[in-house]
Amino acid sequence: MRPIDGVARGHADATWSIPMSLVRMLVETEAPAADLAQPVDAFAGVRRFALGLLIPLALALAWEAAVRAGLTDGRLVPPPSRIYETFVGLAASGELPRHAAATILRVALGFGLGVAAGTLAGAVAGYWALARVLMDPTLQALRAIPSIAWVPLFILWLGIFEESKIALIAVGVFFPVYLGVMGAILAVDRKLVEVGRVFRLGGPAMIRRILLPAVLPAYVVALRSGLGLGWMFVVAAEFMGASEGLGYLLIDGQQLGKPAQIVAAIIAFAVIGKATDWILTAATTPFLRWQDAFGQAETP
Amino acid sequence: MLAIESVSRTYPGGVHALERVSIAVAAGEIVAVVGGSGCGKSTLLRLVCGLDRPSAGRVLLDGGVVTGPHEKIGIVFQEPRLLPWLTVAGNVEFGLDGRPRAERAGRAKVQLARVGLADKASAWPRQLSGGQAQRAAIARALVTRPQVLLLDEPFSALDAFTRIDLQDHLLDLWADLTPTLLLVTHDVDEAIVLADRIVVMKPRPGRVHEEIAIDLPRPRDRQSAAFDFAKRRVLCALDRSLARPGVDREAAAEAGAALWW
Ligand SMILES: Nc1ncnc2c1ncn2[C@@H]1O[C@H](COP(=O)(O)OP(=O)(O)OP(=O)(O)O)[C@@H](O)[C@H]1O
Ligand SMILES: [Mg+2]
Repeated sequence: MRPIDGVARGHADATWSIPMSLVRMLVETEAPAADLAQPVDAFAGVRRFALGLLIPLALALAWEAAVRAGLTDGRLVPPPSRIYETFVGLAASGELPRHAAATILRVALGFGLGVAAGTLAGAVAGYWALARVLMDPTLQALRAIPSIAWVPLFILWLGIFEESKIALIAVGVFFPVYLGVMGAILAVDRKLVEVGRVFRLGGPAMIRRILLPAVLPAYVVALRSGLGLGWMFVVAAEFMGASEGLGYLLIDGQQLGKPAQIVAAIIAFAVIGKATDWILTAATTPFLRWQDAFGQAETP
Repeated sequence: MLAIESVSRTYPGGVHALERVSIAVAAGEIVAVVGGSGCGKSTLLRLVCGLDRPSAGRVLLDGGVVTGPHEKIGIVFQEPRLLPWLTVAGNVEFGLDGRPRAERAGRAKVQLARVGLADKASAWPRQLSGGQAQRAAIARALVTRPQVLLLDEPFSALDAFTRIDLQDHLLDLWADLTPTLLLVTHDVDEAIVLADRIVVMKPRPGRVHEEIAIDLPRPRDRQSAAFDFAKRRVLCALDRSLARPGVDREAAAEAGAALWW
């Protein structure tokens, strides 16, 4: 699976990876006229995107109209205009930036720790068979535990403040990164390793010049899924009891009966999560220019 | 001089790939190895370049035993095996690590020009055609000026025109530095165009069946009767190596010999 952002721009969520064969299949079934395949398919993509938006937009407009017409008070399900007002109000008062900053900081710390530990463990287990035999069964067993189940222990060990939250996020990030790095190292093409051997590269040079570049694409994918899990776990962590953070806004909205605030916080989560994923992708693409991937097909 | 001395190789799992193979190759000589599929040709090259160790016997280069990858032995694999994350020039420079940057770039440039890829220096490997990629792989192996160059079916994936082109090209490059060439091929024409000597192997386990000296003057004319005659001899030896009756070809070879001599 490879990210195909460049091509799938028209799809609802361009960050998902789609197997190339599947895309091919769609292209072929959509556009039987071979020479017209590209433009026709691009247009079909945009149209499909627009069609996908149709129902949510219609529902939102209908709900707005229903509230305006007084058919319902929209107390539990606020209409779009009220959500927008709440969002703008929170942003203007500085509340939203403050909570968002707290959440981003937690994700950044947890993500950093999880990535560091996952990369190290994955690299050791991938490179060194003995370490893999010793370590991997334990880690796989730990992975089978739903991470939220750690919460009580983390609170006992680390207290209810930042440490336990960051630990929970780090655990969530750790596993996809660990698995991704280990799998990528194990999957490095033996034939390319032999090229390194023929030119008599030593251990460090082999790692730097063959293994690192070879695992980089899979590593980026692992980082992205780690980041996604980091955003998921920060919500759980902030439900554990926090005085600030977007998760706190959610809980606060629930306890004080402010559904518009809940939806505004959800929207903030979606936007920031998507933005960090985009930053990660953008920061790593310069290193992946060489890839012979479907997504690169259009770039000159 | 490269000496392969009664080398055997049994793979873990018990496949007996080579059995007491001995080949001596003089410095600057071109030797082609032909033989049926699975008779251990690739295995032989892997042993010579030190990627694998023989189960018995040894490989000597100028009297020293080859125990691992050797700086004077280069190899071109059956596939180009270019590193996809390096540009073509970066790939060619790959074996020059540790030398000054300017020297690396200069030598890579010269070598790329020699294989006719000067304009592709900054391209990615994915942007090359099959033949161009194979040429880049040859440039990468040649840039370190190896004393011995091993080639494992280097042109087998290419079309006939490109292949003939690259064969001539290889001879030009060889005339330059006269490395020892040990070339595995499935293409009898290719073996005869290039080689001073052809080693025919036979399978299960892989052994040397016959050695045929080709002493035609270079450049060799693919259309000449002498070329045809050599070809029949090799084909005939191949038939025998696979224990197939090759009587008619042998007779033809005899007739050809009569014509020629
Ligand atoms: N890594 C390996 N492990 C076990 N057996 C192997 C391995 N590599 C090759 N063999 C076996 O060794 C024998 C010789 O293989 P080799 O690749 O040297 O043949 P070859 O002469 O190069 O064939 P081809 O012309 O098809 O390339 C074959 O029977 C093959 O099955
Ligand atoms: Mg082979």
